[in-house]
Amino acid sequence: MTNHWSDIKNADVVLIMGGNAAEAHPCGFKWVTEAKAKNKARLIVVDPRFTRSAALADLYAPIRTGTDIAFLGGVINYLIAGNKVHMDYIKSYTDMSYLVKDEFAFADGFFSGYDAEKRRYDKTGWEYQTGEDGYVKTDPTLENPRCVWNLLKAHFARYTPEMVEKICGTPKDKFLQVAELLASTHTPDRVMTILYALGWTQHSTGSQIIRTAAMVQLLLGNIGRAGGGINALRGHSNIQGLTDLGLLSNLLPGYMTLPGEKETDYDAYIAKRAPKPMRPGQLTYWQNYGKFHVSLMKAWYGAAATKDNNWAFDYLPKLDKTYDVLQVFELMHQGKMTGYFAQGFNPLNSFPNKAKVSAALSKLKFLVIMDPLATETSEFWQNHGEFNDVDPAKIQTTVFRLPTTCFAEEDGAIVNSGRWLQWHWKGAEPPGEAKTDPEIMAGLFLRLREMYKKDGGAFPDPILNLSWAYKLPHEPSPEELAKEYNGKALADQFDAKDPTKLVKKAGELLDGFAQLKDDGSTACGCWIFSGAWTEKGNMMARRDTADPWHNGQTLGWAFAWPANRRILYNRAAADPSGKPWDAKRKQVWWDAAQSKWVGSDVPDFKADSAPEDGMGPFIMNPEGVARFFARGMMNEGPFPEHYEPFETPIGTNPMHPNNPKAVSNPAARVFKGDMEAFGTAKDFPYAATTYRLTEHFHYWTKHVESNAITQPEQFVEIGEALAAEKGIKAGDKVKVSSNRGYIKAVAVVTKRIKPLQVDGKTVHHVGIPLHWGFKGVAKNGFITNTLTPFVGDANTQTPEFKSFLVNVEKA
Amino acid sequence: MQLSRRQFFKVAAGGLTGSSLVAMGFSPTAALAEVRTFKLARSTETRNTCPYCSVGCGIIMYSLGDKAKNAHAEIFHIEGDPDHPVNRGSLCPKGAGLLDFVHSKNRLKYPEVREPGSKEWKRISWDEAFTRIARLVKEDRDANFIAKNADGVTVNRWLTTGFLAASASSNEAGYITHKVVRSLGMLAFDNQARV
Repeated sequence: MTNHWSDIKNADVVLIMGGNAAEAHPCGFKWVTEAKAKNKARLIVVDPRFTRSAALADLYAPIRTGTDIAFLGGVINYLIAGNKVHMDYIKSYTDMSYLVKDEFAFADGFFSGYDAEKRRYDKTGWEYQTGEDGYVKTDPTLENPRCVWNLLKAHFARYTPEMVEKICGTPKDKFLQVAELLASTHTPDRVMTILYALGWTQHSTGSQIIRTAAMVQLLLGNIGRAGGGINALRGHSNIQGLTDLGLLSNLLPGYMTLPGEKETDYDAYIAKRAPKPMRPGQLTYWQNYGKFHVSLMKAWYGAAATKDNNWAFDYLPKLDKTYDVLQVFELMHQGKMTGYFAQGFNPLNSFPNKAKVSAALSKLKFLVIMDPLATETSEFWQNHGEFNDVDPAKIQTTVFRLPTTCFAEEDGAIVNSGRWLQWHWKGAEPPGEAKTDPEIMAGLFLRLREMYKKDGGAFPDPILNLSWAYKLPHEPSPEELAKEYNGKALADQFDAKDPTKLVKKAGELLDGFAQLKDDGSTACGCWIFSGAWTEKGNMMARRDTADPWHNGQTLGWAFAWPANRRILYNRAAADPSGKPWDAKRKQVWWDAAQSKWVGSDVPDFKADSAPEDGMGPFIMNPEGVARFFARGMMNEGPFPEHYEPFETPIGTNPMHPNNPKAVSNPAARVFKGDMEAFGTAKDFPYAATTYRLTEHFHYWTKHVESNAITQPEQFVEIGEALAAEKGIKAGDKVKVSSNRGYIKAVAVVTKRIKPLQVDGKTVHHVGIPLHWGFKGVAKNGFITNTLTPFVGDANTQTPEFKSFLVNVEKA
Repeated sequence: MQLSRRQFFKVAAGGLTGSSLVAMGFSPTAALAEVRTFKLARSTETRNTCPYCSVGCGIIMYSLGDKAKNAHAEIFHIEGDPDHPVNRGSLCPKGAGLLDFVHSKNRLKYPEVREPGSKEWKRISWDEAFTRIARLVKEDRDANFIAKNADGVTVNRWLTTGFLAASASSNEAGYITHKVVRSLGMLAFDNQARV
């Protein structure tokens, strides 16, 4: 979230789309209710199903799954055509005036540079024009046809209300009502928040859906504002934290990235990630990248990371490509993987195409499970009848199952969607011999290190030199680890302006990332978490609920990254002269008397940069402003475009009816065999989508008695019209099949799902809750992801769980 | 419920508190109210965070005992933390069932192994589990570690074993997991954020 949960109360309009907060995030949804009750806010819900969020909405619009770009593109067109944009905001705070190279073009569903054979773009032309001074050329009058504003206008002019209706199935009048209400927040005195979740990420165009939404918010001037922002409601309690800590194939902690194998020069590796400002006077905070990186390598490798060895640059593995989970299970399926660890993760249930995942796991030599619960993955080799019909004798994988503690049995911090690091305390001993995850990692690591010490082996250096100065080496404490990611001084630190003034003694904890150095004199395991545990103590354990400005920012509660800042980009809450856009919502502003930025939040800006200096509010971008034109950063184009899900119920892209290669995302990666496993509407005519229920959490609560009692049995939701067509009554057992397998479940026949008219055809949706499996105290059921397709978003590779095709029959 | 004076002395037999209270003139009724105090009042409160969705609701866990060395702490009640600025004491139907998660009969208690082709689990010691897994890891890493690519460039990567990190484990668990995994040169590494 750019903002956070309690901040939702400051909104005038709330849009929930690609999520269902009332059921999936019930206690967060209370703040929507609060905004409605105290702020007369209006709630809009756009969803294929009339969810419980929709039940409380002022305005509900149905939409066909996987068509959100068309809907939001229609909103962009409506805002621009009707002059309902916050012009002062976008002129000063976005790249609208930037000129784009002449090579960049868009025609017939493809951007310039497409290679159909490789399903990939050459992105070199997707760039701004640069002047002789080295800076990007701009036209502040916005008249130049190559400025982003004019390119954007032309791109989205095609998304008319009629086109929205044709693609999304949303009746034109409903769409226009939504657009009108959204547009009401383009004035500085009104703000809208957007809340989304996996309903946007789990598409082959997921990242671009979210970009389109961010564009809507920028056009309306709603980013950086209290009650505004673009807010991802994350799916699990510490996905935010684990992402922040970089536990992904290509990342390092704090959104730093691993080198590619072509990056052989250390200085060039850092320079590429520390871009120079593209316009005069911009901050470009990533210019400090070297400080974050060197401090990380000092935290990990201590004395073994020196200037002479480029801070142990060789210790970092170099990427030839990203090894995301789809790539890894593809390799596993080809028999190219030996071992796999699943720590608190249930891939048999959580990944698409269960048959492929199960076959892949069967080819491993060993699988290690660390979990508090008996997961399906840990028993993928066990025959559970129709739910898991395998022959154990034929599966040669050795499986280890290691019991871990759960939340109640350990100390530590987790990060909520609002970026709050909240500390929690142990309340009881774990059952049996269960251990914490750090103890298990230490147990494995120490044995491995011992073996390398004794027997040698492949490149033992990073293993032997990994810094491990924990009081109890087999049991690193949460306190020690938290202090390690906060960072400390390795040598005495002096004030940059006054070298006689000692700021930090060697060994002291740092106050924040501003104190990091690239000379090896500081260590910090995750720069964005710096400030979480300082010499003043554990900032994540703070419990001061004071809210002196009555805007819900509670700066004394826990610790929010970065730098305890509650709303990102909050400099944009003030106008270019430094005054709040809206005097009723004072966040941060320029105090001329003190010559600094002050306010009810920690300013997201250079504290002493006066408004007349012209520094932009988006200090992480080399532009200094927000980007409508993504340059080469997105794989399928600098502007979002509607493409159909890989399994489309209409078989064509109404935006490009004459280009069969532009039906689905032209830059999405599809493995051989998976393309063949896609189904078509001829055999599988219904649009299916998966989701969570109020009473269950993922695949965990089927192990929990009280939740198992409230929702004991697997079901699917079918609209009344489809049920009548198929002769299905409520309570009948139905078989739902895709081209990859089938599940059987009880049919819930509902008014909540209505057929939509799309491109001249009737499209029915089938709703499939995801919570069942063959382990648990609820009634056993089928794994929903038996049905889903093995393809991901073109940028993140997040699987397309939310849009695929099924057939439904009476079982 | 009222107890007679005789019943009260039976209940409080040997209880110095009870008898001395009476000696000091407190009536049995008042003293009995003390004996029947809500068990929450004698429990230990521990603050924690709901491990399910990402709202991060504050919870209070109530456990028996005072966390003394020999006392076995057992959580018997979990409720929303009224001081928490987001959930303000409330919990949803998922969070309201947390106690049954902690005590689920499907909690794993001991390290186990399923040998190739076998139909069953076998309990093993932690030492055996760690040692066997470390051997398998080293064997694969030593056999398949790629120090240089085809162009002779140092790449120091290991692709044949992968690691899927958790979605609800703490920052501290995540941090040390990342540190260990990368030191091995592993790239097939993701967490639930990918899906």
